[in-house]
Amino acid sequence: MTALRDAFLSAVVALGLFGPMVGLVTTSGDGGLSLHARPIATAVVVGLVFVGRLLILSWRGRPRRATNRPIAERLVRSGKYITPLLLIAAVALPFSGSRYYIDLGTLVLTYIMLGWGLNIVVGLAGLLDLGYVAFYAVGAYSYALLATTFGLGFWTCLPMAGILAALWGVMLGFPVLRLRGDYLAIVTLAFGEIIRIVLINWTSLTNGPNGITGIPRPTLFGLAFSMDGGPGTFGGFFDIEPEVIQRIIFLYYVILGLALLTNWVSLRLRRMPLGRAWEALREDEVACRSLGINVRNTKLTAFGIGAMFGGFAGAFFATRQAFISPESFTFIESATVLAIVVLGGLGSQLGVALAAIVMVGGLEALRDLLSVLGDQMHSPVFAGIASELPLYRMLIFGLALVVMMVLRPRGLVSGRTPTVALTKVKAIAPDLVAQGRG
Amino acid sequence: MRFGGLKAVDDLSFQARAGDITAVIGPNGAGKTTVFNCITGFYRPSSGTIALTHADSGVFSLERMQGHRIAATAKVARTFQNIRLFAGMTVLENLLVAQHNTLMAATGFGVLAILGLGRYRAAEAAGMEKARFWLDAIGLTARADDPAGALPYGAQRRLEIARAMCIDPVLLCLDEPAAGLNPRESEELNQLLLRIRDGGCSLLLIEHDMGVVMRISDHIVVLDHGKKISDGTPAEIRADPAVIAAYLGEGDEDEVPA
Repeated sequence: MTALRDAFLSAVVALGLFGPMVGLVTTSGDGGLSLHARPIATAVVVGLVFVGRLLILSWRGRPRRATNRPIAERLVRSGKYITPLLLIAAVALPFSGSRYYIDLGTLVLTYIMLGWGLNIVVGLAGLLDLGYVAFYAVGAYSYALLATTFGLGFWTCLPMAGILAALWGVMLGFPVLRLRGDYLAIVTLAFGEIIRIVLINWTSLTNGPNGITGIPRPTLFGLAFSMDGGPGTFGGFFDIEPEVIQRIIFLYYVILGLALLTNWVSLRLRRMPLGRAWEALREDEVACRSLGINVRNTKLTAFGIGAMFGGFAGAFFATRQAFISPESFTFIESATVLAIVVLGGLGSQLGVALAAIVMVGGLEALRDLLSVLGDQMHSPVFAGIASELPLYRMLIFGLALVVMMVLRPRGLVSGRTPTVALTKVKAIAPDLVAQGRG
Repeated sequence: MRFGGLKAVDDLSFQARAGDITAVIGPNGAGKTTVFNCITGFYRPSSGTIALTHADSGVFSLERMQGHRIAATAKVARTFQNIRLFAGMTVLENLLVAQHNTLMAATGFGVLAILGLGRYRAAEAAGMEKARFWLDAIGLTARADDPAGALPYGAQRRLEIARAMCIDPVLLCLDEPAAGLNPRESEELNQLLLRIRDGGCSLLLIEHDMGVVMRISDHIVVLDHGKKISDGTPAEIRADPAVIAAYLGEGDEDEVPA
């Protein structure tokens, strides 16, 4: 039974790996740090690895049946209805009234917008950018500084934040143009870190690690969402009782609008010569140059426009939290957004949205599920795991990515839909589409 | 053209006249593709000049121009030895990407085009017309919406030529266009190249297939080890003993009669 032996070996490796990480826990007590062993948790994890490995091996060994095709076709056809359903769900979400879900929706929509922005750079133009958080940070800090120094409102600062982020995108683009693939990735990652370190250390401008507070909230045609209900506020104008939930709902619709704008611009650009040039760049850069396409300018516009949408998202982030600090702009954010784009399928708008919902929303749902389970079963094990879940977030992300790459290597929505056709638009299989070499 | 200590092209000088089909032949490693790469801007020649004279716009010094400007301004197009199509895009999209510069100029910095205004609609319609013309010329109208990577080899070669023609070049450089084609496809290729020449574009051809070279070239240049060993009409080349010794061989079965 080679499958059993294989699974056993995997379990042994897992024991060696997870023994120190999960099995040993330090707690701070009176005498300093003390070490506790958690054999049950370790056994659970090792058991999961054993069972998981057996399942994978049996999944791989199963006989291929011809009846898989109709199911696949039905899935593809139902895919057409997913987009309008998601849109309706997104617009209708605030009517559920639950602040928790609206907050979650706002978070998911922020990541969707970041994913759509990065999709332009990575998905359409094929330039591997690992430092997208830099533009997010530039957008957030531009808005925060402009608003707190000059007293400008959100809607005035939003285009300026976008333009500043786009400028930084172009400035980043210039030196990295000659680089390909892994080298481009490392340089963009470095740029992301540079921005964060500059934000921490340039205390005279950015207030360093203390961050910037008192960032103004956006207004609805000049009506503020303050709690006093006086004239010039939302409550006072419509003569209704001011509640916090109104501002939350307003912010939700702001990010929904911004995300839909990102989507609309991406879709329009794909049909334009610029979008086609981006996709041609991803396919074959040498052929593009031989056709007279200015490769340098095309790459710069990809960086610039992607950065602009990152800047918009950053400005929204600043206004939602009313406080920003360099802590929020770490590499993990870049990695998360990149994972969303890759998982969703490069270049696919719907795929990126689904991937963001699954990854960001899914993690929250998982945390909820585990704490509910913990309450139901009255078992401290589940409650313990639920409270520690944020620590394992990266582990679960990694696991999800590995599973996705095994099952669907080209992402949730793989393949490419041509933007123009002579007779009929036919989707192109993913193995023909290039992923870009940077 | 020097690569370190290696002189890939040594003191090469020839003229390709307008309206001619000029073929560059020679054994493998003679430096033919290096010459092409110098002409089309992929290499910068270590010394020497490459002058392209347009009928109306004067002389371009190709050795000093940037790669994409040679295609965009000097109107020199090329195809590649190993086909470089945009495999994940459809046949029609390949032909439209080639017209990028014309279409971009009509979009008014992109913003107007996003909003659907401006001359973009007319420009896109004109682009589609040109694409349709070339689809007809290469016989791929029925497969216009198929991905380019799914086409058979001969069709991919023809598509690459049509895509290069969509930039309206005055000089088309073809790197081994008949490689891997069977005799019927080679004959169709000959017809296509003659049609292109009759349309006003000059051709510069690297080719090993003597059937294609002898039948359609007006002028042949023979290279060997980076040096030019002969230059003349097909009849002169066939009779030149230096060429016969170095390349065509003596009493070889693939020597094609007139």
